[in-house]
Amino acid sequence: MSTRTLPLLFINLGGEMLYILDQRLRAQNIPADKAKKVMNDIITTMFNKKFLEELFKPQELYSKKALRTVFDRLAHASIMRLNQASMDKLYDLMTMAFKYQVLLCPRPKDILLVSFNHMDAIKDFVKDTPSILSQVDETYQQLIEMYTPLSNGEFQLIRQTLLIFFQDMHIRVSIFLKDKVQNSNGRFVLPTNGPVPRGTQIPGMIRIFSCSGEELTRLQFNNGGNYSSALREGSFEMFGNRVTKLGTNMYSVSRPVETHMSGTSKSSAQHTKVNAAPNPLAKEELNLLARLMGGLEVQKPGSTDTGFRVNLFATDEEEEEALISRPNELSYGVISIQATKDQQANAELTKIMGEFTESGDPSSSASSKGDDLLAMMDGL
Amino acid sequence: MFHKEKSIQLKNSASALYNNLSVLRIAPRRLTYFTVVHANVVNMVSTSWDGLNYSHRQLQSKEPNVATSTSLIMQAAFCALPSRDLLVVSSQKGIQMYESDGSIMVYWHALDTPEAPTAHAVFARGISAVSDNYVCVGVSSGAVLVFDVPSKGSNITLSEVLEEHKEAITDIASECSGSQECLANLVTADDGGNMCVWKSGEEFQLLNKIPGLDMTCSSVKLWKGTVLAGYGTGQIRLYEAVTGILHAEVNAHARWIYSLDIAPFSGLLLSAAEDSFVRVWHLSITPETNSVEIAHLHNECVTDTQICGAKFCDGDGYAFAVTGYDLSEIIRLIGRGEGRALLRVNWRDQSREEV
Repeated sequence: MSTRTLPLLFINLGGEMLYILDQRLRAQNIPADKAKKVMNDIITTMFNKKFLEELFKPQELYSKKALRTVFDRLAHASIMRLNQASMDKLYDLMTMAFKYQVLLCPRPKDILLVSFNHMDAIKDFVKDTPSILSQVDETYQQLIEMYTPLSNGEFQLIRQTLLIFFQDMHIRVSIFLKDKVQNSNGRFVLPTNGPVPRGTQIPGMIRIFSCSGEELTRLQFNNGGNYSSALREGSFEMFGNRVTKLGTNMYSVSRPVETHMSGTSKSSAQHTKVNAAPNPLAKEELNLLARLMGGLEVQKPGSTDTGFRVNLFATDEEEEEALISRPNELSYGVISIQATKDQQANAELTKIMGEFTESGDPSSSASSKGDDLLAMMDGL
Repeated sequence: MFHKEKSIQLKNSASALYNNLSVLRIAPRRLTYFTVVHANVVNMVSTSWDGLNYSHRQLQSKEPNVATSTSLIMQAAFCALPSRDLLVVSSQKGIQMYESDGSIMVYWHALDTPEAPTAHAVFARGISAVSDNYVCVGVSSGAVLVFDVPSKGSNITLSEVLEEHKEAITDIASECSGSQECLANLVTADDGGNMCVWKSGEEFQLLNKIPGLDMTCSSVKLWKGTVLAGYGTGQIRLYEAVTGILHAEVNAHARWIYSLDIAPFSGLLLSAAEDSFVRVWHLSITPETNSVEIAHLHNECVTDTQICGAKFCDGDGYAFAVTGYDLSEIIRLIGRGEGRALLRVNWRDQSREEV
């Protein structure tokens, strides 16, 4: 569907990831300098110029599996380590949060305001580091350039594309349950009250006109809800009040993040089946972004004296238990190729890429875009 | 006025797409078919009128080249022509036409998809049967493809391409097939809210253009020479098709409208939106005196659901069906016996303010 969805998906999910990691780093009392390093490293990787160039190209949305791989690598771009269970939980929280934001956006173009809320927070995380700050600022410019000219219809297409990506995800998040924005069946609450979107009138009036354009009659009807006038317009520029709270940080040290696995609806299993049709190019789907991400590690993961592990659960036992008890249909099936920059992994990838080019001979496909980037990565 | 009947369970949930429900009533076999789109799959359910038998079928958007990525479906709609019924499926790669039970694909039309993805998405959306032998399908470029459909067999041909719209087509509607004579029998709508009114024929004739106000018209219907349009602002507007005169404007919904449907024999109008509401209205149109009346009859709230499809199950509007994003069922509502009588009384009782 829309070929302009991926940047918004990536930036918003990345933003949610940073909110959660920031909360966990503080909850686990990780020393401030290490915590800051992790946040800076991840943000630097997220906004790497080459990576963003690839991200902003018109393209279809990645599959859930492929996108999860990108975020796996992003989360490991620094000295922080996450176990499988914690990574799963992190990804669940990120995706459910953004799904909530997309669903609740009063107008499709408000997704851009949500993105700006995430960007504003990211900018705040790195406000003391000018080099990263300028990368973030440049990304604002790219977002503004690409998205502000779009029509309402084109934004709705983006929104519909995102909703297909989030279809059938009903993981229950305790912060949402507590705030009563999510029901116990995992579905979000859609209120029939509150302000109408900008550009929409409060439902209730019927106007009949004559052929010459005069209003002949006015009738009122009961709209069944309890609506109020629209709020003022948020800012679509680099700075300004976004007005909407969607996309702002809802976590704090005192509000821990939990997800509930039990009782997740069956329909998610069926959905996975539909998407799991055998795809001969499945490995190639270990996409450009993931490969670029893998080549961008800021810190060698080998050194154990600076590295540390972050747990998304309250205890190590809970984390282990979560891994064992995770229902099969909710596994992301991440293609496990090491997120390291060693030669062997890259050679493996080149070989796989080669197997799927038309002539089957890697050297003859040198003109294809993928190989150029792969070659570029080897030089990183 | 309307009460809930037993829902029909689906194999997958409905995707958030405009007009995501199509209904075909097959009286001789006492069956009704429903189709709902989920990503790259069309879910078809056939239900017997006695409510005892349900059968399911799933259709995938077929690609000539299996290795390419899946093609998402934008819409699936039944096209009822006098001689035959077809199920038309429009996706990112092209248009498929099946026999109405989904058993055989009779035609495939590939869209011109570029080698590499471009900034503007390519897809087909907006489907309608027109007159006796045409099926029209809209394209993201703004073009409307006119297919000539013979009374049987697979010799369907692309007869004309109408190029008036500059933005992606959202919905297409028609009226007057068979013996009825109409001046205008086709309306096409696009992402900018612009609408074109046509008369079908060997060469389709453009009769009128109704400009949009930069707000998407997501669903459109044509009835008694009147265009009924639903917009992203939640408004419904009624225009006289041939002249473009605005007859009525309704602040109908608090969010983007996703579906409109008309029951042609009774003048009942159904509107459904992201705001969780399905509303039933009564239209009264007298073309001779140019008078249009619209009255609100009923609200149905599908809690915590963004509705993406709502259709009457019969020409009188006695029953209707609803689909919602992430919902794996088709909700059904049936009018109460006295409902029909209420129609005549209700609109007169509405509070009225003379201007």
